[in-house]
Amino acid sequence: MAKIKINGKELEVDPNKNLLEASISAGFDVPYFCWHPKLGSIGSCRQCAVVKYRDENDKVGRVVMSCMEPASEGSIISTEAPQAKEFRANVIEALMTNHPHDCPVCDEGGECHLQDMTVMSGHTNRRFEFEKRTHNNQYLGPFINHEMNRCIQCYRCVRYYRDYAGGDDLNVFSSRNRVYFGRASEGVLESEFSGNLVEVCPTGVFTDKTLKKHHTRKWDLTTAPSICVHCSVGCNTIAGERYGTVRRIYSRYNEQVNGYFLCDRGRFGYEFVNSDQRITKYIIPGSTEGVSKSAAFDFISKSIKGKKVIGVGSPRASLETNFALKQFVGSENFSVGLSKRDYQLAKLAVDTLINGSVKSPSLKDVEKSESVFVLGEDVTQTAPMLALAIRQAIKNLVKPKADKAGIPQWNDAPVREIIQSAHGPLHIAAPVATRLDDVATTTYFSAPENIARLGYAVAHFINTKLVLPSGLTDEVKTLAEKIANDLLSSDKPLIVSGVHCKSSEVIKAASDVATALKSAGKSVSLSYTFEESNSVGVTMLDGKPLEELFDEAKSSKAGVLVIVENDLYRRLGKEKIDAYLSQFEQIIVLDHNETETTAKATVVLPVGTFSEADGTFINQEGRAQRFYQVFVPETDTPESWRRIAELGNATEKPFIENSFFDFTSSVANSLPQFKGIANIAPPPDFKVLGQKVARESIRYSGRTAMKANINIHELKPVNDIDSALSFTMEGYHGEAPSALTTSYWSPGWNSAQAINKYQIEVGGALHGGDPGLRLIEPTVDKESYFQTIPEAFKISAKGLTTVPVYRIFGSEELSTKSPAIIERSGNAFIGLHPADAKRAELKNDDKLEISIGGQLATVNVIIMNELAEGLAGVSAGYKGVNPEMSEVTFKK
Amino acid sequence: MLTAEEIHEIKEEFHLYPYKQAACIEALKVVQKHRRWVSDENVKDLAELLEMSADEIDSVATFYNLIYRRPVGKYVILLCDSVSCYIMGLETVLQHLERTLGIKYGETTADDRFTMLPVPCLGTCDHAPAMIVGKDLYRDLTPEKIDEILNSYK
Repeated sequence: MAKIKINGKELEVDPNKNLLEASISAGFDVPYFCWHPKLGSIGSCRQCAVVKYRDENDKVGRVVMSCMEPASEGSIISTEAPQAKEFRANVIEALMTNHPHDCPVCDEGGECHLQDMTVMSGHTNRRFEFEKRTHNNQYLGPFINHEMNRCIQCYRCVRYYRDYAGGDDLNVFSSRNRVYFGRASEGVLESEFSGNLVEVCPTGVFTDKTLKKHHTRKWDLTTAPSICVHCSVGCNTIAGERYGTVRRIYSRYNEQVNGYFLCDRGRFGYEFVNSDQRITKYIIPGSTEGVSKSAAFDFISKSIKGKKVIGVGSPRASLETNFALKQFVGSENFSVGLSKRDYQLAKLAVDTLINGSVKSPSLKDVEKSESVFVLGEDVTQTAPMLALAIRQAIKNLVKPKADKAGIPQWNDAPVREIIQSAHGPLHIAAPVATRLDDVATTTYFSAPENIARLGYAVAHFINTKLVLPSGLTDEVKTLAEKIANDLLSSDKPLIVSGVHCKSSEVIKAASDVATALKSAGKSVSLSYTFEESNSVGVTMLDGKPLEELFDEAKSSKAGVLVIVENDLYRRLGKEKIDAYLSQFEQIIVLDHNETETTAKATVVLPVGTFSEADGTFINQEGRAQRFYQVFVPETDTPESWRRIAELGNATEKPFIENSFFDFTSSVANSLPQFKGIANIAPPPDFKVLGQKVARESIRYSGRTAMKANINIHELKPVNDIDSALSFTMEGYHGEAPSALTTSYWSPGWNSAQAINKYQIEVGGALHGGDPGLRLIEPTVDKESYFQTIPEAFKISAKGLTTVPVYRIFGSEELSTKSPAIIERSGNAFIGLHPADAKRAELKNDDKLEISIGGQLATVNVIIMNELAEGLAGVSAGYKGVNPEMSEVTFKK
Repeated sequence: MLTAEEIHEIKEEFHLYPYKQAACIEALKVVQKHRRWVSDENVKDLAELLEMSADEIDSVATFYNLIYRRPVGKYVILLCDSVSCYIMGLETVLQHLERTLGIKYGETTADDRFTMLPVPCLGTCDHAPAMIVGKDLYRDLTPEKIDEILNSYK
């Protein structure tokens, strides 16, 4: 630690930080634009000027950029010296000469870092009276709106997009006053992480286009801490609502999980909440228009009476919801809502983490890894933020080059200059080309069996006691040896795999590689990806796969089926589900959006989405995370667990649980694997200074007027019995415990950059620790290996063997009900090896009718050069495509 | 499409750099030498050749004021508009050029012979005002001298 002095205050700081970081961490307000905790310093905006003194006797000092000076021992600086303040005022005035001052019509207004910094720097009077340069704006796709005139040339956008996220279709053009940030030509931004430009841009050049369509100022949003529902990573978000619709998703900082960023599916997939396919009515037989709640429940209690009831839960429903359903129907009658194959895969991966000796890493751990081996996953499509973390991880082995040259890691430009495009080892084995291939050291494209065999070979070269699969080509052996050596040559190797290539062998092989590295003394971690937001939770809860439940139901003559938040047609082929469903007298479906399954229901009960519900998800790391209801809907759409309790109370099985805390406590107390989840956030009676934490800001406007059509008198605020949050502006507005952060704000800091004030030190942990609880930690130290080496892939005589191909936009259920995501999804497709395509006389973009297990689907042909011969890469999760993904046949 | 000659000349440059991407500026200069300017299509072709994105090529191309991203005439007049030339009579020279050629800064004559652009400082302040036509430097400019110079470019 270095002793330094800022504004006369003596501080002990990390000498590996710069003076800007030290000043902000110490609570001093120094304005800045180009610096970002994740992007480092480049000293381009000249806004963070401070005065640095040679020693105690130096009373004059000199102006320096605090972001470009190390916080070295004995540094003495003043952020408030008149020269520094004058310098900063001049800089902001110059930066603002071309800014259009269009805040009233700018989407960023009110949460704009430029506004905050302009005020902070004291530039309140504009003297520039000449013509301003103007630019044409570009169409950048359905996510991002472009307004270049507002630009202040901080270069953050290109540094984030290119250097951090690995995109290459956004750049800076021209020079001097004409500098332009955009694309070479108009078009969709290709990076899966483009949405972060909204938060990275200090002003309104890049703004959220989905928000623009129903724009609401930050202070008019009702916001609550939430968890993304669109994959298994569980990024922390802040969801904002007004007038009954969710308006936008913002990232919620969690150092251990998503840090500052989100992927585009997570940020722009939210509009299924506002969809016109939302279920808001109670449907019973004979009434398609809907009946009253009491009529619906009367019907249910009559038709359930004396009947055997079985229940299907869901990996996209909260832990509490699945638990409530399991309680309602009984353990022996509960299904996790997954097909046998999918459940086996998920269970294998979860059990491997629970019973194995290797740690499942947080995304922060991933970012600190040094070498990476990915087996069977296109991570960018299946767990996007994990891919972004891998992009950072592979820089770790080359970064010490800068240390040797005496350049601190925060000094971004020279560090990049030294590193150039060098990176540490990233080896990818996958069935199809992946979106990380551009930074891969080696790629190996083959069938899942062969990927597993490569994995086992790698494990063998790490620990020669393990079996080397027989019949490997020399090429594969050499590759395996190289991968093994690369993993062994770093201290922190990371193995990534998952359920998405539908192969238990790949999951097992990944575990064997990780275990072998562990026994070689490496600090190795093993990250599995899963399909949905609560796949891990429902798997840990345990239940039956769909086939088992339905087959037993046939023999036990169960009459009533309850399905919660699950579209079974996404789990198994249409014919099978049709047959299964036909055996029930009543099919009661609880869901928030219309699906093929709700269309088959006899009774449909409306329930809330994530924004109308409290709940807990367990992410792919094994971290339990809480999400909170954002607003009180005008529709009757309660949480599914509450709805299930109502169902129970309408029958002979009343629930003792009444509120969210009751449910989550029941889960924690009755099931040891979930111990502690009730305490991952403060209980509902938690108060700060005698108040609940407010979901609305102190500036929230129109609260009386907005409901005047119902009653001219202001309606009584709804009391939230489930959480420590209040639904209105009444309540505590300061910094709440991290799990209850409804928005980031601090005096003078209205933008998302106010997060600085919530961290112990900038870019580090939140005050009081980051929220969430890891439920899975390796407990055993003994090595156990699977060593179940599969036969090599053989081309089937019957047809092409299907491998599912995932798309970040298109494969996930909920986001594909959102217009912006639909625009990016494209049609269902089949990928073919060039030789297979040639044999069938097919070319790119041909329309083709394919049959998987007899289920027909019309798809587009894509020639995939990397795909192995004999395989067909079929778009997973697209409408009509049989989710079972067995052999595929087609006729032209 | 880049011509075989252009591709050959660009590939020659690759030997001089550790990465072929580093030959980006030289590649742009090769294209400009053959075509006077660099079109959007050329940018895309260069991107393919250098294994870069079009955005990266264009970022470099648009940064340098002597890489032309719009069509120019046979000869480009670069008139120095820095302070010494200004003091020594730039305005008279500029007016004369504008009148004689019938064009302003950034424009090309109807016969496609000249394009006129400002350039900040040619480093010959002791002989201001100065300009470059094509590849030739002219100093101590006067209206009479300019007529003579322009006539020599056919």
